[in-house]
Amino acid sequence: MTAGDQALLDVSNLGIRLDTSRGPAQAVREVSFALRRGETLGIVGESGCGKSITALALLGLLPDSAVVSGNIRLDGRELVGLAEADYCTLRGNRISMIFQEPMTALNPMHTIGHQVAEPLLRHTGCSATEAKRQAIALLDRVGLPDPARRYDAYPHQFSGGQRQRITIAMALACKPDVLIADEPTTALDVTIQRQILDLIADLVAEQGMAMILISHDLGVIAENVQRMIVMYGGTVVESGTTDAVFSRMGHPYTQGLFRARPRLGARKGTRLATIAGTVPELADLPAGCPFADRCNLVVDACRTALPPVAEIGAGHAVRCIRTDVALTRDPVGVIA
Amino acid sequence: MHRGLKLWNVRPPKFGAPARMSVFLLRRCLTLLATLVGASLIIFLVLDALPGNAAQMLMGADASPDAVRALTVKLGLDQPLALRYLHWLRGLVVGDLGNSYAYGTPVAELIRERLAMTIPLAILAMLLTTVLALAAGIYTAAHHNRLGDVGVMSLTQIGIALPNFWFAILLILLFAVKLQWLSAGGFPGWEDGIWPGLRSLLLPAVALAVVQAAILARVTRSAVLDVLREDFVRTARAKGLTKREVLWQHVLRNAMIPVLTVMGLQFANLLAGTIVIENVFYLPGLGRLIFQSIANRDLIVVRNCVMLLAGMVIIVNFVVDVLYAVIDPRIKVHEL
Amino acid sequence: MVGALLCLLVLGAALLSLVWTPWSAYEIDVAAKLRPPSAAHWLGTDVLGRDIVSLLLVGARATILVGIIAVGIGLTCGVCLGLIAAAQRGWTEELIMRFSDFTFAFPAVLSAIMLAAVIGPGMVTSITAIGIFQIPVLVRVTRGSAGAIWAREFILAARAAGKGRVRITIEHVLPNILSILIVQATIQFALAILAEAALSYLGLGTQPPQPSWGRMLNDAQTLLFQSPSLAVYPGAAIALAVLGLNLLGDGLRDLLDPRLARQR
Ligand SMILES: Nc1ncnc2c1ncn2[C@@H]1O[C@H](COP(=O)(O)OP(=O)(O)OP(=O)(O)O)[C@@H](O)[C@H]1O
Ligand code: SF4
Ligand SMILES: [Mg+2]
Repeated sequence: MTAGDQALLDVSNLGIRLDTSRGPAQAVREVSFALRRGETLGIVGESGCGKSITALALLGLLPDSAVVSGNIRLDGRELVGLAEADYCTLRGNRISMIFQEPMTALNPMHTIGHQVAEPLLRHTGCSATEAKRQAIALLDRVGLPDPARRYDAYPHQFSGGQRQRITIAMALACKPDVLIADEPTTALDVTIQRQILDLIADLVAEQGMAMILISHDLGVIAENVQRMIVMYGGTVVESGTTDAVFSRMGHPYTQGLFRARPRLGARKGTRLATIAGTVPELADLPAGCPFADRCNLVVDACRTALPPVAEIGAGHAVRCIRTDVALTRDPVGVIA
Repeated sequence: MHRGLKLWNVRPPKFGAPARMSVFLLRRCLTLLATLVGASLIIFLVLDALPGNAAQMLMGADASPDAVRALTVKLGLDQPLALRYLHWLRGLVVGDLGNSYAYGTPVAELIRERLAMTIPLAILAMLLTTVLALAAGIYTAAHHNRLGDVGVMSLTQIGIALPNFWFAILLILLFAVKLQWLSAGGFPGWEDGIWPGLRSLLLPAVALAVVQAAILARVTRSAVLDVLREDFVRTARAKGLTKREVLWQHVLRNAMIPVLTVMGLQFANLLAGTIVIENVFYLPGLGRLIFQSIANRDLIVVRNCVMLLAGMVIIVNFVVDVLYAVIDPRIKVHEL
Repeated sequence: MVGALLCLLVLGAALLSLVWTPWSAYEIDVAAKLRPPSAAHWLGTDVLGRDIVSLLLVGARATILVGIIAVGIGLTCGVCLGLIAAAQRGWTEELIMRFSDFTFAFPAVLSAIMLAAVIGPGMVTSITAIGIFQIPVLVRVTRGSAGAIWAREFILAARAAGKGRVRITIEHVLPNILSILIVQATIQFALAILAEAALSYLGLGTQPPQPSWGRMLNDAQTLLFQSPSLAVYPGAAIALAVLGLNLLGDGLRDLLDPRLARQR
C-alpha cells in the first residue's frame, strides 16, 4: 500500500492483542493503510471483524490490557506508545470520532451545550462565552432546530437522529484533520440514515477533513468514500480505490459480501446472510487465511500462513493466494 | 443485583411513586405527611395504648388505687384514647410534648438538650462516612483489579463484619487505655468551646463512620465501575479529556445516584448506631435519655424520642428522593 | 469457601455447647475470677469466674437462635408480601411496598426500644425487633426478582394454560427466585447477628444469666482497664460469624447467579 510522505495518517502493520474471556487473542493483525489529507476511506466488514477496535486504536482508547504493535503515524508522528497526556491533546482536536450508538454516547447528566462546548474549552483555550457561541453555531450547522434555546437541554430530550447530530457537532468542534465515523447510522432508522450520511459528507467536503467511514454496508461505502479497505477476521483482505474494488473484486470474501449485500433500504439483520458459516471467534482465528473455513476456493496452502498482499492493479491489493482464480470466475462490475 | 451492593437492595425507599415534576413534589409531600402520621399512630399505639395505664406502671403494682387514680387524672390519662392521640399530634406540631413523668420537666426541653450532642455526632459521623467511602470507592474503582483495589476491598469486607460498638471498644482500648490520647468517654458539653466537645465526639464518630463507610465504599466502587463502562465515557475520552477529568466531570455525577440512595438508607442505621455508641462512650445524648427513660418507665419521653428518630429517617429519605430530581435531569419514573 | 468454613465453625460451636462445654457457663466461682489464659481456662475467666471459652460457645447458641427465628419471621412475612405484591400488582402492590418502606423507618434498635419499654427486655423483644427489621429488604428483593419472573414468557404460557396466580407463584415463581432468596437470607442472617449483638450489648436482648456475645462485651467494658482482652474475644467471635456469612453469601451468589443471569 502506498504510504508516501504526504500521508496524513499512516498505519502500518497494526496488530492488537486483546484479553478475552478465553485468554489473550490477536484481534487485529497486519493492518496497513494510509490516508491523505482530505481523503475519504471506508472500512467495511462483518460484525466482529475488528473495525471498531482498529478505530479505537487510532485514538489510543483501547482497554488498558490491549497490546498494540506496529505503527500509527499522524503527520509523521508516531502514536503507538504515545504518552497519555500527549494523546489527550490530539483526541477531539486533530482526530475525532463519531460513535455507533447515539442513544448512549452522550452523558445524560450534562446539557448538550456543555458537551459540545467541552472540546472547544479543552483544546482551543477560548473563553466560555466564545465556546458557547461556537457551540451554538455548530449545532445550527448540523441542523439541530433552535440550538440557542435548546443549548441547556439534556440528551434525553432529543431523538436518536438529533443526538447523532449533536455528537457530530461535538466531533467537529475543533475542526479535526481526521474524522472517524464508526457506523454512524447503524442505530438509526432508514430515512434518518440518509440525512446523517449526507450531513457528514457535506461537512467533510466543507472543512477539507480526511474521513474514515466504518460500515458493514457496501452501499454506504460505495456512495461515500474514495478509497476502501475490506476487513475480515482482524485483517485487511482487500484494499483500493472504491471504483477499482467495485469493478474488479479480487478477494472471495469481498465477492461474497457483494453478492450478499442488502438492497438499499432493506431491513437490518438480513445482511450477509448468504455467506455460509459465521465469523470465527477471536480465540479461534486460524493461523492461515482467516476466511479459509468459509471460502469455496480454499486449498491446503491457504491454511499454512497468512496469505501475502498481492497487487492486482494500481493501488489495488488483495490478501489471497488464489486471487487470479477469483478474478476470472466472478465477473462483477455492476454497482447497486 | 450487583456485586458489592449486597447489603442493601439499592433503591430509594419510596414514600410515594413519582410522576411528573410538578405533581412529583406535591405527591411526595403528601405521602411524607401520611407516612409521618402512620408512624406516629404506630408509636402511639405501642407506647401508649398497649401498656394500659401508665400511671400504674409509674407507681408500681403496690401503689394505692387512689394515688394511681389521682396521677391518672393529673397526667390526662383518663381521657379517651383518640383524644390523647390528637392531643399528642397537636403537641408534635407546635412543639409542646408534655412533661416527663419522671422529671416533671418539659419533654421538648429534655430532648433539645440531648440533641445538642446527638446531632453533632450524627453529622460528624455522616461526614466522615462520606469522605472515607467516596475516597475509598473512587480510588478502588480507578484502580480496578489492581493491588490497591483488592487491598481496600478486603478491608471493607472486614469493616462490614465489625459490630460498631465492638470497634468502638477497640478504639477505646487503643486510644484511651494504651495510648491515653483521648478519654474513654463522657462529653464536656459545648460551654468550653467547640474543641473539647469535638474531641470527645471524635472516637464515637470514627467508630460509627468506619463500619458504615465500608458498606458505602463498596457501593461507590461498583457504581463508578458501572458508569465507567458506559458509552459516554468513551465519547468524553474521544474529546480529549484525560481519565481523571472524565472520572470527576462525567462519571461521578452519574454514579452518585446509587450512592445517594444507600446514604439515605444508611441514615436509619446511623441513628440506631448513635444510640448504641452513646452507650459505649457514656455520652449524654438522645440514646442515653431513651435508656434512662425506659428504666424510669417514663413512656412519654420514650414515645417522643422514638417519634423523633423515626421522623428523621422518614424525612431524610424524602429529601434523598427529592435530591434525585435535582441530580438526575431525566427524573425518570423509577421502576419499582 | 472460607465463608462456609467460618459458618460451620460457629454452628459447630453452638451445637457443641449443647452437649459439652469445658466448664459450666452458668456456675459462678468468684474465687477464680479474671484468671489469665491457662491450660484449664484457655482464654481465662470473667469477673464472675466463668470460663470464657464456655461462655463463647454457649453465646453462639443465643446468637444463632435469635438469628434463625428472626430471619425466619422476616423471610416468612417478607417473601409472602413480596410474592403477593408481584402477583397482584395494582393497589395491593402499592400498599405492600409503601408498608415495607414505612417499616424501614424502624431499625431494630428502635423497635426493640419500644418493645422493651412495654414488655421489658429479653429474647422475645430482640427476636421481634430484628424480625421486623428484616421485612422491608426481603419484601423488596422478593418483589423485584419475582416481578422479573412474572415478565417472562413461560409465565405467559402457564397463564394461557389456565393456571391461577397462586399456582403460578408456587410452581413457577418461587422456585426461580429461590437462589436469590437463599443468598439474601445469608446476608440477612449476618445483619441479624450484628443486631442481636447490639441489642444484648444494650441490655435489650438476651438477659443474664444466659450468656451472649453482646452481653459479654458489655460486662467486659467495665473492666477495660483491668483486663482488656475480655473485650476482644466476644467481638472477634461476632465479626468472624458475620464475615463468614457475608463471604458465604458472596460465594453462593457466584455459584447461583451466573446460571440465573444466563436464563434471563
Ligand atoms: N474490550 C474488549 N475485550 C475483548 N474483546 C473485545 C473487546 N472489544 C472488542 N472485542 C472483540 O474484538 C473483536 C472485534 O470487535 P470490534 O468491536 O472491532 O468489531 P466490529 O467490526 O466493530 O463489529 P460491529 O460491526 O459489531 O461493530 C470482536 O470479536 C469482539 O468480541
Ligand atoms: S487465501 Fe485461500 S482461503 Fe483465503 S480467500 Fe484466498 S482462496 Fe480463500
Ligand atoms: Mg463496531
